[in-house]
Amino acid sequence: MKRHLISAADLTRDDALLILDTAEELAHIAERPIKKLPTLRGRTVVNLFFEDSTRTRISFEAAAKRLSADVINFSAKGSSVSKGESLKDTALTLQAMGADAVVIRHNASGAPHTLANSGWLRGSVVNAGDGTHEHPTQALLDAFTMRRRLNAGKGDLEGRRITIVGDVLHSRVARSNVLLLATLGAEVTLVAPPTLLPIGIETWPCEVSYDLDAVLAKSDAVMMLRVQRERMNASYFPTEREYSRRYGLDEKRMAALPEHAIVMHPGPMNRGMEIAADVADSPRSTIVEQVTNGVSVRMAVLYLLLGGSEPAITTSEETAK
Amino acid sequence: MTKHTPRPGDLDPASARAVLEASDIARVLTRVAHEIVERAKGADDVVLLGIPTRGVALARRLAARLDDIEDAKVPVGALDITMYRDDLRLRPARALERTEIPADGLDGKLVVLVDDVLYSGRTIRAALDALNDIGRPRAVQLAVLVDRGHRELPIRADYVGKNLPTSQRETVQVLLEEYDGRDAVLLGTRGSASAAAAPIGGAAAQVPATPEAE
Amino acid sequence: MSTYLIRNAKVLGGDAQDVLVSDGRVAGLGTGLTAPEGAQVIEADGHVLLPGLVDLHTHLREPGREDAETVETGTRAAALGGFTAVHAMANTDPVADTAGVVEQVWRLGQQAGRCDVHPVGAVTVGLAGERLAELGAMHESAANVKVFSDDGKCVHDAVLMRRALEYVKAFDGVVAQHAQEPRLTEGAQMNEGTVSGVLGLRGWPAVAEEAIIARDVLLAAHVGSRLHVCHVSTAGSVEIIRWAKSKGWDVTAEVTPHHLLLTDELVRTYDPVYKVNPPLRTAEDVTALREGLADGTIDAVATDHAPHPSEDKDCEWAVAAMGMLGLETALSIVQQTMVDTGLLDWAGVADRMSVRPARIGRLDGHGRAVAVGEPANLVLVDPSARRTVEPSELASRSGNTPYAGMELPGRVVATFLRGVPTVIDGKLA
Repeated sequence: MKRHLISAADLTRDDALLILDTAEELAHIAERPIKKLPTLRGRTVVNLFFEDSTRTRISFEAAAKRLSADVINFSAKGSSVSKGESLKDTALTLQAMGADAVVIRHNASGAPHTLANSGWLRGSVVNAGDGTHEHPTQALLDAFTMRRRLNAGKGDLEGRRITIVGDVLHSRVARSNVLLLATLGAEVTLVAPPTLLPIGIETWPCEVSYDLDAVLAKSDAVMMLRVQRERMNASYFPTEREYSRRYGLDEKRMAALPEHAIVMHPGPMNRGMEIAADVADSPRSTIVEQVTNGVSVRMAVLYLLLGGSEPAITTSEETAK
Repeated sequence: MTKHTPRPGDLDPASARAVLEASDIARVLTRVAHEIVERAKGADDVVLLGIPTRGVALARRLAARLDDIEDAKVPVGALDITMYRDDLRLRPARALERTEIPADGLDGKLVVLVDDVLYSGRTIRAALDALNDIGRPRAVQLAVLVDRGHRELPIRADYVGKNLPTSQRETVQVLLEEYDGRDAVLLGTRGSASAAAAPIGGAAAQVPATPEAE
Repeated sequence: MSTYLIRNAKVLGGDAQDVLVSDGRVAGLGTGLTAPEGAQVIEADGHVLLPGLVDLHTHLREPGREDAETVETGTRAAALGGFTAVHAMANTDPVADTAGVVEQVWRLGQQAGRCDVHPVGAVTVGLAGERLAELGAMHESAANVKVFSDDGKCVHDAVLMRRALEYVKAFDGVVAQHAQEPRLTEGAQMNEGTVSGVLGLRGWPAVAEEAIIARDVLLAAHVGSRLHVCHVSTAGSVEIIRWAKSKGWDVTAEVTPHHLLLTDELVRTYDPVYKVNPPLRTAEDVTALREGLADGTIDAVATDHAPHPSEDKDCEWAVAAMGMLGLETALSIVQQTMVDTGLLDWAGVADRMSVRPARIGRLDGHGRAVAVGEPANLVLVDPSARRTVEPSELASRSGNTPYAGMELPGRVVATFLRGVPTVIDGKLA
C-alpha cells in the first residue's frame, strides 16, 4: 500500500502481518509504568471527526499520544464545519497547520478516499470509519484479538472460521473484516436476514447464510454487529423481538459454540437486541479486550505510516530490509 | 525475521576476512564474563539485556558463562531500541524486534547492555533512553563483542571483546551460530549484493543501505 | 446573406459531393459545382456532412444558476458540438412551469443566436409532482412548447402521469419522463450492484427505472398518447421499450453519450465527476444500450448536458451534485461507441442525433434531409481527427466532463444554422 490506510483491501498479507506483529510488541508498552515512546515526537496527528464516536477518537488519541505525537482533535460539532465549511476547506486548513496524518471519521462513504486523493493535503490519511464503507483499523484490531485468542498472537488466521452476524448492509466493520480476514486466510460466513445483506454479496470472499444456528457449531469466533433499532422502521425486519429471536446471540446459542470459540462485538452494543447481557459479560466475550487492543493496533498503524521517512506498509520495501 | 537472508550492507564476500574465528569468540566471551563477575563483585544483581538481533544471542551466551562461573541464574532479556532511534526519519519505518524484560524488572539491578558491534554509539544512546522508560537500574554497563571506533557520542564500553581499528569505508559483520549458522567476525568492504536486493525503481531504491549493526 | 460552397463533403457518410448553401437553404447538391461569385468555399476534404444535431435534453441553467451555465455559454458549447437546436430543461430557478419563464429562456436563445433553444415546460408546478403546470399556456406562448418534463424528478404519481399524457394530446405535446421510482431510490448514490456493495454507497436499483417505464408505456397505450423516456440507462429498460414498440405504441426513448461508454466501475475512484442521474450502470447495460440504439429501439442520443460549478464537484461524493457535461463531446462519444464499432453508419448517426429527436420535439426546421430547398442546418465532421479533452478549453462555463484527459475521435469542423456558420474551422464563428 501507499501513504494512506483507506480500505482493508489496501493491505497485503505481509502488510497486515507487519501491523499485527508490530502491535503485538507495542501491546507490552501498556504494561509499563511509562506508557510512552518518543517515536513520533514533533509529528502532528489530527483527529478529524465529522461523526460522534468518542471511543474511536479516544483510541486514536491514546495511540498517537503514546507515540509522543502532537494530537489535535477537530470535531465537526462547534467548528466551522457545522457552519457549512466544505471538506476541502477543512483539509486546506489542516494542511496549513502542518498535519502529518489525518485520522478521519466521516458519515459519507468515500470521504477519506477523496481526502487522500484530492491533493488537498500532503499528510497520510487514516480511515477511522466512513459511512457504510470501511473501518480498516477496527478490522485490524479484531484480527489482532482473534489471533491472540486463537493463535497465541502469531501468524495468520488460515482456516479459522469466523462468523459475522447482523446488519452487514450498513456495516463498515463487516466490509473491512471480510476483506482483511480473507487476506489472512480465514473462512468468513456472514449471517443476516436477506434485507440486511447488500446486492452483489455473492462476489465477496465469504459465505452467506440466513441461519445462525446452522453455523454456530463450526465457528471459531462469532462477531455480532450492532443493529440500529431504527432499521425496524424502514422494514428491514418486523420487530426487535423477531430480530433478536432469529439473529441475536443468547446463552443458548453461545452454548452451541465450540469450547474455544470467542464472542466479539465492535461496540457500542445493544444489550438484549443482537447480544444478550449475559453473553456480553461472559469470559468468552472479548469486547473489553478489543478496546484495549485497539490502541496497540492504532499505534502500530501510526508508527508504520509516520515513523519513518516513508510508510513501511509496503511490500516492495519489505524486501529491501 | 527470516534468518540467513543477506542483509543490505552485508560484506562483499570477496573482500571479507575473518578477524575473529569461532574459537576466538568463545574465548573473548569467557573473558568478558569473568570481567563482569570481577567488576560486579559477583553476579547477584546482574541483568543482561541484549540489543536485538545479535546482542540477544551474545547476552544468552554470557549468561551461560556467568552461570558456570558463579553458579547463579542471571536473568537475560532483550531490549529493542527501534522506537528510540534518532535516525527513524531517514529510512522507512521498520518492523520491531521483541523487548523482553525479566520478570523481576530492572529497578536496583546492575544492567549490562550487550551488543555485537560498538560504532557511533547512537544505538547505545537509544538503549539508555529506552531503559529510562522501563525502570531505574542501580547502574548500567555496556558489553560489546567488537569496538570498531568512530564514536559520535560520549559513550564507551565497559567490556570489549576485541578492539578493532577500522576505516569508515569498512564494514564489520558479526556472524553467530544462532542466526547465521557459524560464528565469525568479518571485516571487509560493503558488498554490491545490497543493491541487487533493492526493489527496482521507485523511492525505495534511493533508501540508503542500512548500516551494519553498531 | 452569404453563400457557401462546401466542396467534397461526404453527405451522411456517402460519396463526396459539393453542397451549395445560400439564403439559409441548401441551394445546390452535386459534383463539380462551381462557386457563384462572392461565395465562400469550404474544402471539406472528405469530411462527413450531417444535418445539424438536435438535443432533446440540455440543462442551460438559466435562470437561476448562471454560475454553472448560461444560455449564452451553453449555446456556444452546443454549436461547437455540432448542434443547431437544443431543448432546455425546465429545472431552472424559477422552474420553467409558466409561460413567462419559458418565454424568457426562448428569448435568451434568440439573442444568443448560435443555436435554436426550445424550452421544455415542467409537467407539474415547481416540479413538485402534485398538480399540473399550465401546459397549454406554455404551448401557446412565444416559446411554443411541445415537450414537457419534470426532469430531475419523476412524475411518480400514476394518476398525474395519466392526466399529463392525456392533456398534452390537445396540442401534439409529449411528456418526457424521468423514470425514477422515488421510494426505491431514497438517498441513492450510484447504481445498485457489486460496486455499490463494496463501496458502501446507497444503491440505485435498475428496477427503480424499469418499473416506472413499464407503468408509463402501459399508461400511454391505455390513453393513446405519446410518451418519451429520458436517458434510458438499463438493459431492462431497453427490453421494455422494445416490447412497447412491438405493440405499436407511440413510445420513444433517448440515451445519453455517457451511458453508452462509462460504467459504475469508475465510481471506485469516488470522483464526483462520475456522479450522475441516472447513475452509470454496468458493462452489460452499456452493451444493451448500444444495441438498442443501433436497432432503433432507442430513438435518440440526448446529452443530458448538466453543468455544475467546481465547488459542487470538488468535494466528497455524498454531497456532490449529479450530472456531467455532454454537448461538446456527444458526437465524439457516439462515433467511438457506435460508428467506430460498426453498430451505426453516419446516416444512422444523422437519424438518431438529428432526424428522430427533431421529430420527437416536433421541430419542423431541423432534422431534415440534406437536399436542395431544405433549411441549411448542417454540421461538418472530421471523423479522422483525434483530440484530448481539456476541461478548461470547453466553451461551457463549467468543467465537469468525465472525459478529461481522454483522447476522443472526431472533430466538429463547421456548424451552420440556417445557412449561417456558427462554427467554422472548429472555432466559434
